[in-house]
Amino acid sequence: MVMDLNPKTRRMPVIKQPGEFMKNGAIQALLLLNAFIMLYPLFVMVMSSFKTNAEIFTSPFSLPENPNFDNITKVWTGTNFVQYLANSVGVTGASILLILLFGTMAAYAIARYKFKLGAFMLMFFLSGMTVPLKLAIIPLFIQLDALHLVDSYAGLVLVYVAMGLPSAVFIMTGFLRSLPRELEESARIDGANELLIMLKIMLPLARPAMVIVAIQNAVPIWNDFFFPLILITSDNLKTLPQGLTVFMGEFVTDWGVLFTGLTFAALPITLLYVILSRHFIAGITQGAIK
Amino acid sequence: MTKDRRFISRLLSRRSLWIAFLLLPATLVMTLFVVWPLISAFRFAFYDFNGLKPANFVGFENFRQVLFESPFSDWTYNALYHNVIVFCALMVFENGIAFLIAFGLLKALPGHRVHQVIVFLPVVLSAVIVGFLWKLLLHPLFGLVNGALMLIGIQGPAWLGNETTALGSIIFANVWHWIGFPTLVLLAGMQRVGQEVLEAARLDGAGDWDLLKHIIWPLIAPSVTIVVILTFIGSFNWFELPFVMAGLTGSPGGSTDVLGLYFYRTAFGSVTSGIQDFGQGSALAVLMFLVVAGVTFVALRYLRRREIEI
Repeated sequence: MVMDLNPKTRRMPVIKQPGEFMKNGAIQALLLLNAFIMLYPLFVMVMSSFKTNAEIFTSPFSLPENPNFDNITKVWTGTNFVQYLANSVGVTGASILLILLFGTMAAYAIARYKFKLGAFMLMFFLSGMTVPLKLAIIPLFIQLDALHLVDSYAGLVLVYVAMGLPSAVFIMTGFLRSLPRELEESARIDGANELLIMLKIMLPLARPAMVIVAIQNAVPIWNDFFFPLILITSDNLKTLPQGLTVFMGEFVTDWGVLFTGLTFAALPITLLYVILSRHFIAGITQGAIK
Repeated sequence: MTKDRRFISRLLSRRSLWIAFLLLPATLVMTLFVVWPLISAFRFAFYDFNGLKPANFVGFENFRQVLFESPFSDWTYNALYHNVIVFCALMVFENGIAFLIAFGLLKALPGHRVHQVIVFLPVVLSAVIVGFLWKLLLHPLFGLVNGALMLIGIQGPAWLGNETTALGSIIFANVWHWIGFPTLVLLAGMQRVGQEVLEAARLDGAGDWDLLKHIIWPLIAPSVTIVVILTFIGSFNWFELPFVMAGLTGSPGGSTDVLGLYFYRTAFGSVTSGIQDFGQGSALAVLMFLVVAGVTFVALRYLRRREIEI
């Protein structure tokens, strides 16, 4: 599940063959070129946010001559950017908390107790993994409208929770099942009640699985544009990707401000990714690598 | 005796209450916001709408309109055609290049771990950021891409303003955005190929090409299956990137229109017309679901059989 990044255990046998050195050199050069293509656009984005418009147009490739902080002040104080950022943090945070809470509760029931409907409940949640909720957006919209949840944080969060629950239940059930039964049996004999056993004994052990679930859901929710586009109309409720489209429409010709907005929007998740890259990669590719 | 039995039944009922309590919130959310909407999505496709309410049962009328009645059918097939192009292009460029990068990374040359982190970086960014960034970089006059072409004496086109280059430009941005994903999935598949196997083949004098063709390619078939299926699903749900880079109508001249955009316009109104048709939109959604589910099912069976054969 987690990729082995250790070069000592996972490396192709390097047996010196004629031309091996040349060939590796060529491969290394191509990889460097690829790294450049991946990083350079982002580098230009960051550099341009310290430039004036004139400087962006006349010398797009150079470093900023006199780093200019006007764009940053303009984005920070002259737009709704901070509001969008706060909305994204709130919506993503609330969604992850509820996915973890509801998902772990359901998975705990399925994994640790024997009851008649157990297998059925697992199937019920798993079937949600196969259907793209985007295609049900019309009835979803009508449903949320009937509940007066259109254009509210609650509506958006509930949709994300519904979207995240199936895989959360799947991952948590698998993990909780693997924990040894003796632990809870002995606690039960000591007279601990079920709630206490769950909170004090089982869940602390399930933390690694929770991290996977949290990251796997946080990235798509943080980045989502489709659901806010349809469900949120008030400007002060908009999330970051959605707010960015407003913002890009407002400052069409002010490229310095545009690049600054993009840089700010990319910054939080990029920083987190750089610190936790291993967890991010494992979380996002989790479904595709077994 | 009776006392004991009552005690057990009380314990049982308390335990099943506890289980029900644990299952309740997740079940409720799933029923309200996944199960019910999905069932309704199919039902609504057979109704015409009065605002937000399904009004009359109209049979297959909505399907007939989007599939056989001009201009709707023209829009449907135009969009579908572009989805197919996107899928083919991504298979060749995104997955093809990803395969090569993965093989390069398998050699574990210096810096290969940093490279994995770099190649995956755009994957964690929102499609909105990626779309706007490339829209600026591809700007005909002030964009970096044409600026770079100028340096070697080429006058680049208006990438996104030109019917022949617009779709290709958005596909390019998609490749840049997502290439890290297939790269690392394929790399993980390659790393599972046993060291002894590769070692032994090497000793028998096999070169890189022999290793690739006869050992790595057959053994990473399961990873290839997953990548192909996910690329297909992704291409048919394509929405954010064309929306940001080419707008709601797939400009210029519908040359970048895809099913996701067409569905959104039909269901939630385009900027220009303000028309909103939930009946036709539901029919489109059902058709998209059937295409994706059907092709995925058939492809999965074919690819799984292929995995065993090679």
